[in-house]
Amino acid sequence: METQQKILILDDDTDWLELSRELLSQLPSRPEVRTASTSRRALALLEAEPFRLLICDLKMPRMDGLQVLAIVRRRFPELRTIVLSGLEDEEFRSRAYALGVDLFWLKSDMQHHGKMFAECLESLLGSDHDTGFRGIQSKSLMDIIQMECLSRNSAVLRITRGPLVGRLWLQDGELIDAEAEGAHGETALRRILAWKAGTFENLPAEPNRKRTIQKSVNALLLESAQDQDENTNPTDPAAIEQAAHRKTVWKLALLTREGVDFVVGVPPEGEGEPESLGLGVQPAAPLAKWTRRAAEIARRLGEKLEAGPVSHISGQNLERQVLMLPRENKAFLIGWPTEAEGPLMEKSKKLIASWDS
Amino acid sequence: MGFLKKLFGRSRASVQQLPSGSLTVDRNGEVITSTVSSGYPKTLLREIGRAVLQLFRESRTAQMPLGEVSIHYASLRITARELRGGAIIFLFPLTAQTPTN
Repeated sequence: METQQKILILDDDTDWLELSRELLSQLPSRPEVRTASTSRRALALLEAEPFRLLICDLKMPRMDGLQVLAIVRRRFPELRTIVLSGLEDEEFRSRAYALGVDLFWLKSDMQHHGKMFAECLESLLGSDHDTGFRGIQSKSLMDIIQMECLSRNSAVLRITRGPLVGRLWLQDGELIDAEAEGAHGETALRRILAWKAGTFENLPAEPNRKRTIQKSVNALLLESAQDQDENTNPTDPAAIEQAAHRKTVWKLALLTREGVDFVVGVPPEGEGEPESLGLGVQPAAPLAKWTRRAAEIARRLGEKLEAGPVSHISGQNLERQVLMLPRENKAFLIGWPTEAEGPLMEKSKKLIASWDS
Repeated sequence: MGFLKKLFGRSRASVQQLPSGSLTVDRNGEVITSTVSSGYPKTLLREIGRAVLQLFRESRTAQMPLGEVSIHYASLRITARELRGGAIIFLFPLTAQTPTN
């Protein structure tokens, strides 16, 4: 007879704890669900009783979820962990995965995709838990897809690169569909494969997904590898020019699609020329200079005020709104028309992530 | 006794509070009015004023004159509107409950 699996939910919101307990108790495997509203209480429970799964919130007073997960990973390596958070910032997702959590879900997603969440939980609670190895991997996306296909898996791979999200549908070891940045099928796959780095999650298969990709995985991966090789290491001058032209056209299309006025990519002083698109006759150099100066002024002021790192600078005049986003090796200045609406910050982050791929 | 305390009293590491409120600065960055706590160092308020005016000035040099600028830090947002050469500045410390954008 199978033993009843135990789940521990840690969240400082007691109403949410009660709601989650009720929902999870209804899972087909009927797990025993315990709750804790403080990190200390959760760690005490984990010491006292064997649990199969910990579902942990991130934003909590005193000790936050990431601290708890770091302790749990060290002290209870067998314990499966899920982060269930309301924080939509992709940075938290990356940090949680870097700590070795099995899944990261947003609370809003859990409410909208309850069935999928339940399936994920069931698969983590599954009886095959004593076999196999888990760990933090850093493999290329091509390797991951090949491994999934070679083992004839059926799953949905959710690939995240900063604010960009892509999905790959695998059915019995064949890649049947892909979706990313508004594109589908082979185009989406190529876009995803062009991303330099990110995280991936293995979600339950969707057997009823319509097939849009007919070619074999190996052929697609080979084509994509060849494309990337030609784009990154072109030797023929004509090929170099063609690749640069293709890149410019693609970036202009991206700008038009998003409704952006202009983008200026600014490398650190002395490390190359600024790259700009959409400025028309306006020279890029003064804007690049302002971007560098603004980043420096804000950084210095931030240090004096002890206000933490600069996230971004925004500004506006009668003609447009601008956003300056400092990144590790480059800063970006993005101009939006005044009438542009919606979450411009999120849109700008996505644009930069695509641009930089 | 007060004298001895001053000499031998342990100095405690302190965390600087973040400013909250609004201020107006003239074209030289001097603070004219302020609703920020009087305990907050005046020199830092002047630094804020000067930095903001510098951003406005340099935006004009870059042929992109801005009428409003916001600097978003991990724990503070500074929003400034240009005002006859000077500026009105709003300081919003961010808490865990504040939306990130």
